[in-house]
Amino acid sequence: MGDLLARLLLKNATALIFAGVVLLFYAQAPHFLSVENFANIVKQSSFIGISAVGISFVLLTRGIDLSVGSVMYLGPLIAGFAMRDLGIGVAGGLVTAAIAGIAMGALNALFIVRFNIAPFIVTLATLFFFRGAGTWMTSSRQFDFDRSLLDFGLSSVAGVPVPVVFFVVFVVLAHIVLSRTTFGRQIYAVGADPEVARKAGVRVEFVKARVYMISSGCAAVAGFVLIAQIGRLDVAFGEGREFDVIAAAVLGGVSLFGGIGSALGAAVGALLIQTVKTGLVFTTVNLYLQPIVLAGVIFAAVLIDSLRVIRLRATRKRSIRPLTR
Amino acid sequence: MTALLRFDDLSKSFFGVSAVDGVTLDVPEYGVLGLIGENGAGKSTLMNMVGGVVEPSGGRMLWRGEPYAPRDAAEASARGVAFIHQELNLFFNLTVAENLFVDGFPKRFGLIDRGAIRRRAAELMEALDLDVSPDALIEDLSAGERQLVEIAKALHRDADLIIFDEPTTSLTPRETVRLFEVIGRLKAQGKTIIYISHVLGDVAALCTHIAVLRDGTLVEAAPAEAFTIPRMIHAMIGRELSGLFPARTARPAEETVFSVAALSQPGVIEDVSFEIKGGEILGLFGLMGSGRSELARILFGLDSHQGGAIAIDGRPLSGGARERIAAGLAFVTEDRRAEGLMMDAPIADNLSLVSIARFGRTPFAMIDTEAVEADTAAIADQVRLKAGNIRRQPAKSLSGGNQQKVVIGKWLMQNPRVFILDEPTRGVDVGAKYEIYVLADRLAAAGGAVLFISSEIEELMGVCDRILVMSQGEIVGGFDAPPFEQSAILSMAFRQAA
Repeated sequence: MGDLLARLLLKNATALIFAGVVLLFYAQAPHFLSVENFANIVKQSSFIGISAVGISFVLLTRGIDLSVGSVMYLGPLIAGFAMRDLGIGVAGGLVTAAIAGIAMGALNALFIVRFNIAPFIVTLATLFFFRGAGTWMTSSRQFDFDRSLLDFGLSSVAGVPVPVVFFVVFVVLAHIVLSRTTFGRQIYAVGADPEVARKAGVRVEFVKARVYMISSGCAAVAGFVLIAQIGRLDVAFGEGREFDVIAAAVLGGVSLFGGIGSALGAAVGALLIQTVKTGLVFTTVNLYLQPIVLAGVIFAAVLIDSLRVIRLRATRKRSIRPLTR
Repeated sequence: MTALLRFDDLSKSFFGVSAVDGVTLDVPEYGVLGLIGENGAGKSTLMNMVGGVVEPSGGRMLWRGEPYAPRDAAEASARGVAFIHQELNLFFNLTVAENLFVDGFPKRFGLIDRGAIRRRAAELMEALDLDVSPDALIEDLSAGERQLVEIAKALHRDADLIIFDEPTTSLTPRETVRLFEVIGRLKAQGKTIIYISHVLGDVAALCTHIAVLRDGTLVEAAPAEAFTIPRMIHAMIGRELSGLFPARTARPAEETVFSVAALSQPGVIEDVSFEIKGGEILGLFGLMGSGRSELARILFGLDSHQGGAIAIDGRPLSGGARERIAAGLAFVTEDRRAEGLMMDAPIADNLSLVSIARFGRTPFAMIDTEAVEADTAAIADQVRLKAGNIRRQPAKSLSGGNQQKVVIGKWLMQNPRVFILDEPTRGVDVGAKYEIYVLADRLAAAGGAVLFISSEIEELMGVCDRILVMSQGEIVGGFDAPPFEQSAILSMAFRQAA
C-alpha cells in the first residue's frame, strides 16, 4: 500500500508541485489567480517552453544539449542577416532560423554520433563556438531588426498571441511525433537501453543524430519568436538559458537518465518555472531571495527524478530465486 | 526426422583458447533439443553462433540444408531464429504491443496504427494464454509475464527456431508450469526449440532430444528416452584429476574465524549459514546463477541483506565494505577487469590502493612515498609477481594470472583475517592457476580463513578442506572431508539424487 502510494506520488510529482505552488501563491496573493495573469504566464513561458520540448528529445535518449542557449542567439542572428541582406521577409527569416538551428544540431550530431564524443563535451564546445561565431559576425554589436519583425511578434491569431501559437503548435507536433511515430517510440527504446535497441534492429545512430537536430531547431525557433517581441538582438541573448531549458524539462518529468518523460511534461515544466517566477513577483518575497526559491523547486524536481530511477532499477534487478509475493 | 539446423564440425576459439571444438550435431525439426553441460562447456558460445552474436572460427552451419552464416543478430532473426536470453531484451518504458513492433510499426496516415498493433498483440497474448493488456508497460509486469512477452516477440516474427537460455531461474513454480505448457504448444505449432537449463529434471521432462557438451566438445547426443539423470551427470563430468594442485601445508585450527548465520535477502539468498576455522579453506560450489557471487557481495557489504549475522573472530560485522575491510575482510572479485583492478594505473598504485591511508604522514596526511615503495615491492615479491617496473607498468599489461596476484597482493597489504576468493582462477592459464592455489594455501597457513568460490569442481576438490554447494540462493548441502566425489557434488548442485 505504501509502495503504491510512493509510486503514485513519484509519477505525478510535477502536477503535485504545480498545485502546491499555485495554492501557495494564491494564499499569499489572491489576485494571483486571474485569467490575464495566467495568459501572461503562458506567453512568457513559450520561449523556454519551445526549447524545452526540443531538448526533451535529446534527454529521452540519455543525451544532453548544452548548446541551446547559444543556438537561440546564432539562429535568429543568421536569420536577421538574411532578412536584411537578402530581403526575404519575416516568414523567410523564420525558416532560415529553423534551418540554421537544424544545421547547428547536425554539427553536434556529427561529433556525437560519428566521432563518438560525449554529448556533454561536444555541446559544451559548441556552446562557445556558436556564440563566438555570432560575436564575430556582429563584432559584438547589437543587431537591430526591421520593424516588420516586431509587427509579426506582437500580432495575434484569433486573439492568441503569436508566441503562444508557436508554443502550442510545437507541443502538439512533438507530442504526436513522440507518441505516434516509429521514430518517437524508438527514441524511448534507445533511452531505455541503447544496446537492446540495437539488437532489436533500431538504427540507434540515426535516432540520436535526429534528436540533436530537433533540439537545436526548436531552440533557434524559440529564439526567433522571442526576438520578434523585442526587435533587437544583443550579444548576451540566450546566455545561460540552457539551464532554464533543461530545468523545465526535468521539472516536467523528463528524466536525465533517459527513457522517461513527454513533450507535454516538458511544456508543463516550463509553465511551472514561469509560474514560480511570476508568483514571486506577486508576493513580497525579497527580490534577492527569488533565485534561491527557484533553485529549491528545481532541486526538488531533480531529486524526484533520481528517486524514480533508483526505484526503477530496483525492480529491474535480476533475481536468483523467485520473490514470494 | 529432418534437421532444421545442422552444426558441421563447428568450432570457435577466443584468443587461441577453444570454446567450441568440432561440434557436429543435428537440431531436429519440430523437436525440443535439451542442451546441457557444466559452466564453460561451450553451450553459450554454440548458441551465440546460431544467434549471430559470435562468428565461428571453423566449420559451418546448415539451415534446412543451406549454408547459414549470420553476420549479426538481426540477420539471424530474419532467418527465423529467436533467442530468449536470461536478461530479457525488452524496453521497460514501452507497452507490450510497442515492444513487439519496435523495429517497424504498421502505419496509418503516416502515424503508428495503434489499433493494429494492439490487435496483433492481443492475438499473441491469447495464443500464449497471457492475461495482460497490450497497453501495459513492461515495467509493471512480473518476471514470468515479461518472459512470455519475449516469446510473443518470437511468435510475432514467426521464428522457426526458439532458443531458451535458462528460462526458469527467476520464475515462480506456477510461472514455470505455464512456461512448459507454452513450450508444449509451440512444439505443437511446428516450432523447433533448443532448451538450455541446469534443471535436469525439466530437461528430461521437456525435451525430445538431449545433447551433452563438455569442454567445448559434444560428448553425447541422443533421443531423450536414452537418458537418465545420472547418465546426464556422468556425461557432463569425467575429467581426470592429476597433479594440478599443491599439497596443503596447514591443518585447520580449532577456533572459528569467520561465521555466517541465517543470512537472507529476498529474491537473492535464503538462510545461508556456515563457519570457517583459522587455517581452513572452505569451498563453495554453485552453477551459474546459483547466487554464489551475490552471496560474496553481501558478505563484503556491497549489497544489503535483511536477516542474519556475519562475524569475524566472534565480533559481528556491520556497515559497508569500508568497515568490513577494517575488520579484516578481503574480497577478490570475480570480475577482475571491472572491479578488481584499475587497469590503466601502475601495478604499485593498485597494490597500495586499499591500504593507502596507512601511509599518511603528518602534517596534512601526505603520502610517505618511500614507505609505499618499500611495502609494495615486498608484497610483489611475496606473491611472486612477474613484472618489470611496478611503479611504471600498468596493470593491464600483465597476464591474467599476474593480474590476479596483484589483486590478492593488494589485500595482503592489509593483513586480512578472512579472504573471499570469487572465481580467482577465471581467465588464468594452467600454470598461473597453480600459483594461485599456492597463495590460497599460504593465506590459510598464516591462520586466516579462506572462502574459495568456484564453478570448477576440480579445483575445489583439489584445494579445499570442506565444500559447500549452493543452488538457487540456498546452501543445499556440503562435503566435510576429502576425498570428494565429483558426481555427488554436481548432483547436489543440480538438486538431483545421483
